[in-house]
Amino acid sequence: KIIFEKQWFYLDNAIGHVYGTTFEVTSGGNLQPKQEVEETNTETKEAGTDNRNIVDDGKSQKLTHDDIKALKDKGIKGQEIVQQLIENSTTFRDKTEFAQDKYIKKKKKKYEALITIVKPSTRILSTMYYAREPGKINHLRYDTLAQMLTLGNVRAGNKMIVMETCAGLVLGAVMERMGGYGSIIQMYPGGGPVRAATSCFGFPKAFFDNLHEFPLSKVGSLLSGTFSTETLPSEPEDNVLAEEASNGLTDEKQTSLQGTEEESTTEAAMEINQTEEQETMDINAEDVELKENKEKENKENVREKQRKQWERRKKLLETAALLREKNADGLIVASKFHPTPLLLALLEFVAPSRPFVVYCQYEEPLLECYTKLRERGGVINLKLSETWLRNYQVLPDRSHPKLTMSGGGGYLLSGITVVLDKGKSDSSNSEALKMEEPSSKRCKVQDLHC
Amino acid sequence: MSFVEYGDTIKDGDTAIVFLGHDSMFPVKVQHGNVTQTKYGVIRHSTDLIGKKYGSKVTCSKGGWVFILHPTPELWTMNLPHRTQILYSTDISIITMMLELKPGSIVCESGTGSGSLSHALIRTVAPTGHLYTVEFHQQRAEKAREEFREHGVEHLVTVTNQDVCKNGFGVSNIADAVFLDIPSPWEAIGHATSALKAEGGRICSFSPCIEQVQRTCLVMEEHGFTELNTLEILLRVYNVRTISLQIPDLGKTAEDNSSTGFDSSNPSNQGSPCANLQQGAVQFKSGVPLREMVGHTGYLTFATKS
Repeated sequence: KIIFEKQWFYLDNAIGHVYGTTFEVTSGGNLQPKQEVEETNTETKEAGTDNRNIVDDGKSQKLTHDDIKALKDKGIKGQEIVQQLIENSTTFRDKTEFAQDKYIKKKKKKYEALITIVKPSTRILSTMYYAREPGKINHLRYDTLAQMLTLGNVRAGNKMIVMETCAGLVLGAVMERMGGYGSIIQMYPGGGPVRAATSCFGFPKAFFDNLHEFPLSKVGSLLSGTFSTETLPSEPEDNVLAEEASNGLTDEKQTSLQGTEEESTTEAAMEINQTEEQETMDINAEDVELKENKEKENKENVREKQRKQWERRKKLLETAALLREKNADGLIVASKFHPTPLLLALLEFVAPSRPFVVYCQYEEPLLECYTKLRERGGVINLKLSETWLRNYQVLPDRSHPKLTMSGGGGYLLSGITVVLDKGKSDSSNSEALKMEEPSSKRCKVQDLHC
Repeated sequence: MSFVEYGDTIKDGDTAIVFLGHDSMFPVKVQHGNVTQTKYGVIRHSTDLIGKKYGSKVTCSKGGWVFILHPTPELWTMNLPHRTQILYSTDISIITMMLELKPGSIVCESGTGSGSLSHALIRTVAPTGHLYTVEFHQQRAEKAREEFREHGVEHLVTVTNQDVCKNGFGVSNIADAVFLDIPSPWEAIGHATSALKAEGGRICSFSPCIEQVQRTCLVMEEHGFTELNTLEILLRVYNVRTISLQIPDLGKTAEDNSSTGFDSSNPSNQGSPCANLQQGAVQFKSGVPLREMVGHTGYLTFATKS
């Protein structure tokens, strides 16, 4: 049982229908009405030409609030309520054709509760997150995400590094574009990666085979060569729990909109079952007696913990090895953290002639990042940009931009890596570099700085 | 090299991008014995390019240098030879996402034009998807085929030379998505419907004029398309500049000036031609919009067939 837009319903009836099917909500369950409701042919063709004689006296609707409520309580179809409202509106006939249209549309929206169940995709999920939970994805608007995927040349076969705190939405978008080919290394802050949005995509299990994760707090030691697995990032158990909890929360919301949860949750459930089975088998094989004693049970838990830790450690070492190759095909950053230190560190893992994209909700940190990258060198074609998105109403004789548009969808800094000059990486040498530049280039640099 | 796979080193026959500096680059076909002239001097392919790593700095004969980049659809879009007006990466990115393209997708496109969008579509649907692109101009169709071959993506694309409004896409019930960039898209909606899979798919039409959009929307509705959505995306690029604003002289004494709270003329600004130490100035970094920007490319109308 789920709730969506002040309606509650069961999803049982929706199973077996194709994606894109529209449902009408009845008391509790789902009915499947025809795809296309026959257009209300009640067009009396009677319409006014202007509103010079329409007076707002608040008495044009002859049905009272109570009458409407009574109609609703009787369980009358929304379509009929709308019809009643029209018939009891004294001004309806005097309204222009367009105004009548608008009136009907408004009432339909209110009384005819229709729900369409669609397949999850980056398009749907990013639009939904931006509308419903912009705070969880750092106000990353969907067109900005689209830019990131294109500027980052995200495609099958790549080895991508992703650092995001967007509930796993950016990760999911990258996974969709890679289609299970290639590998992704997700850098995560804190105890573990958040993938609440990722699970909404309903990716097949195979997509997760080449998805790796690496703690951000280990990047420093990995770069300096002092990396070891001795000190793991904080409690793994807790993180898993926290992650699951947040998964559950968003799942609920997703469900209501998409009805995708069947796939994702069953998948998750299957995974859990599998590991549990394995574990019990291991335990059984080891010693049956252990189970009898509580004290020994604790020991068992410890052993299980150790086993899990050992597995985590193994995965961590694998991921570290992947990073150490320093040949990633791209870097995508979209987080709540200051982008400069992230970029300066993570770019080390990227091969030359590869694109990188950083998202930030604000412009100023990217200005600094731009300057620092210039000082560091090893990057070209730096571009700071933003996109504006404008939606249109297109109707015969009534086309215009929509009344409201999004105020901001964040900023992007993108560029391409190049081979860094050896021995010239410190900032004092960047001056020398500039002097080496042909005169025409030097002029440009100066232009930029003034 | 291939447009759908990264390679480490430059090989004979590759298409590479020569990066000269700020927004100045061009594509080059790498061939043994060939030379390329740049304003910084000559690049000899056999010695300067072949075998080198992509992303390397190459020193030209006059002592200047350039970077050699691995081709991507985005770099190609910025450097391709125009045979028609082309779509740029900003529009391409939203098209790709809104059409829900991914590896394995089957896409129909018309017209092929200069192949700017085509390369991006191929990149996204590779290695298991396919692009069916229709171009009624024979010469352009030929040229596109040749480019796809050179770029190592011919196995992912079929170019058909016919009129999409009359003869359609040459395929039926196989496409996940259809893209139209033609003068009269409403005449091709019927063909688009039959090209799309029976279980449905997405469509996008690109038109510069609102009248074209209106006609297209009407016909889309007639053909049972739902979720009609028309939008426009604008790219704003910012130059990162250090700006220095002088503090006006209001005739105050020195002590007054220091108490204004501005960190005026701090030592780090020394040497910068913009800082006026005597009068005092405030410096800050700013993202300055370009003096002129693209205000309109086209309206993008999306819809779903289900």
